[in-house]
Amino acid sequence: MIGLIIIASLILLAIIAVQIGKVSELSAKIRGEEEAERKSNKTQAIMGMVFMIGMLIFCVVTAYYYRNWMLGYGPHESASYGGKLIDNLFNITLIFTGIVFVATHILLFWFTYKYQHQEGRKAFFFPHNSTLEYIWTGIPAFVMFVLVIKGLAVWNEVMADVDPDEDYIEIEATGYQFAWNIRYPGEDGVLGTKNYKMITGNNPVGQDWNDVKNLDDFHTGSEFYLPVGKKVRVRITSRDVLHNFYLPHFRVKMDAVPGIPTYFVFTPETTTEEYRERLRNTPEYQMTDPDDPTMKLWESFEFELACAELCGKSHYSMRKILKVVEQEEYDAWLETQNSYYMSTIRNTDDDPHKGTLLNTEIIQRKKDFNSKMQLALNADTDDGKIIKLDYVEFETGSANLTSLSKYELDNVVGAMNQYGNISIELGGHTDSVGDDAGNMALSESRARAVYNYLTGKGIASNRLGAIGYGETRPIDSNDTAEGRQNNRRTELKIISQ
Amino acid sequence: MIDTKLYGDNDTDVLIKESGYDDHFHEHEHGDKYRSGFLNTYIFSMDHKIIARQFLFTGIFWALIGAGMSIIFRLQLGFPEESLAWIKPLLGKWIVIDDVTGMGTLDPQFYYALVTMHGTIIVFFVLTAGLSGTFSNLLIPLQLGARDMASPFLNMLSYWFFFMASVVMFFSLFLSTGPFSGGWTAYPPLSALPQASSGSAGGMTLWLVSLTLFVVSVLLGGINYITTVLNLRTKGMSLWRMPLTIWAFFVTAIIGLLSFPVLVSGFLMLMMDRGLETSFFLSEIFIAGQGALDYVGGSPILYQHLFWFLGHPEVYIIILPAMGLVSEVLSVHARKPIFGYKAMVFSILAIAFLSFIVWAHHMFMAGVNPFISNFFVIFTLIIAVPSAVKVFNWITTLYGGNLRLNTPMLFAIGFVSLFISGGLTGIFLGNSAIDIPLHDTYFVVAHFHIVMGIAAFFGMFAGVYHWYPKMFARFMNETLGKIHFWVTMIGAYAIFWPMHYLGMAGVPRRYYSFETFQTFKHFDVMNQFITVAAIIVFAAQILFVINFFYSMYKGKQQKTRNPWGATTLEWTTPIVAGHGNWPGNLPKVHRWAYDYGKDGIEYTPQHIPMKDGEEAGDH
Repeated sequence: MIGLIIIASLILLAIIAVQIGKVSELSAKIRGEEEAERKSNKTQAIMGMVFMIGMLIFCVVTAYYYRNWMLGYGPHESASYGGKLIDNLFNITLIFTGIVFVATHILLFWFTYKYQHQEGRKAFFFPHNSTLEYIWTGIPAFVMFVLVIKGLAVWNEVMADVDPDEDYIEIEATGYQFAWNIRYPGEDGVLGTKNYKMITGNNPVGQDWNDVKNLDDFHTGSEFYLPVGKKVRVRITSRDVLHNFYLPHFRVKMDAVPGIPTYFVFTPETTTEEYRERLRNTPEYQMTDPDDPTMKLWESFEFELACAELCGKSHYSMRKILKVVEQEEYDAWLETQNSYYMSTIRNTDDDPHKGTLLNTEIIQRKKDFNSKMQLALNADTDDGKIIKLDYVEFETGSANLTSLSKYELDNVVGAMNQYGNISIELGGHTDSVGDDAGNMALSESRARAVYNYLTGKGIASNRLGAIGYGETRPIDSNDTAEGRQNNRRTELKIISQ
Repeated sequence: MIDTKLYGDNDTDVLIKESGYDDHFHEHEHGDKYRSGFLNTYIFSMDHKIIARQFLFTGIFWALIGAGMSIIFRLQLGFPEESLAWIKPLLGKWIVIDDVTGMGTLDPQFYYALVTMHGTIIVFFVLTAGLSGTFSNLLIPLQLGARDMASPFLNMLSYWFFFMASVVMFFSLFLSTGPFSGGWTAYPPLSALPQASSGSAGGMTLWLVSLTLFVVSVLLGGINYITTVLNLRTKGMSLWRMPLTIWAFFVTAIIGLLSFPVLVSGFLMLMMDRGLETSFFLSEIFIAGQGALDYVGGSPILYQHLFWFLGHPEVYIIILPAMGLVSEVLSVHARKPIFGYKAMVFSILAIAFLSFIVWAHHMFMAGVNPFISNFFVIFTLIIAVPSAVKVFNWITTLYGGNLRLNTPMLFAIGFVSLFISGGLTGIFLGNSAIDIPLHDTYFVVAHFHIVMGIAAFFGMFAGVYHWYPKMFARFMNETLGKIHFWVTMIGAYAIFWPMHYLGMAGVPRRYYSFETFQTFKHFDVMNQFITVAAIIVFAAQILFVINFFYSMYKGKQQKTRNPWGATTLEWTTPIVAGHGNWPGNLPKVHRWAYDYGKDGIEYTPQHIPMKDGEEAGDH
């Protein structure tokens, strides 16, 4: 139906056009062609002037109307230091070009009006004038010189890479169809290496888990945080096609290229909260947010990360939120982030370190043991003097210590050496599975194995005791697997100190 | 208004017969075997005037398709909530109908295909072939006083390669995986990997084949234009007496000859990456659902260098012919010589030279070393100088004139306005620092549409209205022409001026929808306004097409040879000129092309001998 209407209106348009054509030619014939042409000349000249004035007014009025939406104006001062330099350069260029725009348009249409055809007037034979031509070659050349100098000064400052010695945060943005992955370096402050061949469903950017620098790196969710006033170097990479890391409010933009990492360095100067405060006083942001009727536009404002290089059919939807916050809030946020390796990869089949202990884990366990030891030393009750050795394990049904148990036992050795006058009792415990006597014997031989390990490390045997308790002292229910797991344990009890 | 009796048609004939250059053409006049039948006269013609018309008709066909595509994607951008179900008969599966609401939405994949095809078609098929192909063919031999191109056969091939390119591209619109959808620049890896975008499957193959055929067409044409300008000028037509149109076409052909082969080399490497698993442009790519690909060590940025080494000169390939046409039209209808003829020629040469050393200003944000950008900023902004000289010279050409404000003149003046508006925004984008926030936003869209899209169209319209009598021995209707002009002029600003604001608000180009981002979604009213303006402007172009074809049969007849009172040689041929242009001798040239208003005489054509003691106008 609509198709029919369109075709009908097209035919109508054609008929109207043809009729206008016929009528205008007829009237020109009646009036005399010269008369018609003179009249039309005058109309066109006036329309030219009207157009010029109307256009200049339209330009000024619409620019004023939209000023508070445009970045760099009103509340939209750049949220980064480099962006302010760029905005300033934009305005300088705008002044120069604005003058040229208005002046040339006035001349163009004024001449059109003034020199419209008049019977009897002779055109001015004016083929060239060197002075004039030198002037209008020289002036643009000078203006361009100024703009180039200023432009390059800003460019080289904004694009400068970080100095390795200075204080900065490096994060990584990886574009893929159709989202961004943001990776933080974790505690070590260094991003681990990656290899696109290692990318799997569990390893979205192909981190090499053999590189220990990767083990503390974390990936963010739909939001990522940066502290205000701190220089940030974004390492920008792509997994498949070209993308572009685009933060409009910070004047940050750089292509993500597969195979060729790029970067952009910027310093956020305004927190999300401060930016909202600026918008709060702007009439344009007083509307209710259509997506969240409980909030006004300024309240729901967020800095957004977008893609600015065509990357396929969902190019328009690669959104992430950047929150710029004070340092304390940033530190608190960092605390809540879990290393991607630890939360997703550790001890799965993808983990090359499966079955071994990482340095960080060894250190962490030592820390944990020492603090438990402190507690036990200061405890008043009998139970308080008992420390459960969480990481001392035996092969199933035997008294052979697993290889990883030695790390925990070394912590015990360390404590015994540090506190030279304490003596301890090592207690073996089992769950209730199997016969009592067997469990008793097993627990005793396990306690004895630990005893032997410690004496082997040079701890005097008169400071040590080893007792098997079998299944007599459960600390949890023996009806669940988890409970039984807890009941199978080795304990250390401080006898004297 | 024009004193056509000043140089009557009979006087011209007598003058050319008596003192023209005798190249013994009359001996061959009846022996032109290529004019033997309909097929050889109108289809496989070697007459440059017919070939020019073939380029123009094909260009108009593509312009309607290219502009029509823009209307469809503007509907999506302006009215995303409106149902597009009514367009399903045309677009088929690319309109997805919601089962419950009956709402028809444009498939994003096809949105990107439309955007891509719109760019490719308008840039290459309309503004390169349709503009330069039409007017270079029509005017080079006529304005130089030549019988035809240096090689009429290559000239014919040039059109038919373009025709084949058109057929292949048109065919690609109907593929089940859709036409190519990775942007007219066809950056790999997106363009290389069918897994990344369905448009990069068969659609991209046909796109590459089509454009390679197209480049062959451009090169065949270009070689011909250059050879003709250098070798076939009539007696007395020195280079410095050539009209600016010819200078523009000549330099355009040189630019094309030097830059298009580089594009083809890029295309060949891309074809190898696509078909032979080479790694020129591809490296370290993982495709979801497929895994890591084997390509290693290639650089997508290399393709961008190769592409823009053509791509930037290409915008001058588009705009220089328009500038040439406008210079000529302004001068003829102002009844004044073009101001600063030599400065205009040197500006064209300077722009052409600089166009080869600025390509990386398209790549400031592409990941090239920021240091390199320093040089490209300098060269890019230098281009503003010859461009400014041209603008000031055009305006000065109007100064003190006796202006005939007919349709071709209006379009020429409109061109100057658009070239100023679009050129000035180039000063922002050419400065790499400002390009950081503006790159790939609507500011860029506004800039290049005004300066090389609409402006080039205006140059083309000025040319069509002005030389229509030369092509069809009739005039186009003036009233319809003026309606066409004003609607297009006001409409073009209405469409593209607001886009500067979108760009300054940070809105990226090539977004199917703005709703995902808070920052980009505040401009519904503006987007609707732009879409409505685009539809109105499109309707005005239909009006032009109607006028064009209607006037061919019913337009006011051309009764005298030189209706505009122009000085150039094309107006000395018979109104309907056969193959060979002049029936007897060729006119000899005695003066430059701009003796308007000299010594109190309204105009003196180039073939009129100098009077005793007369001083040359271009001294």
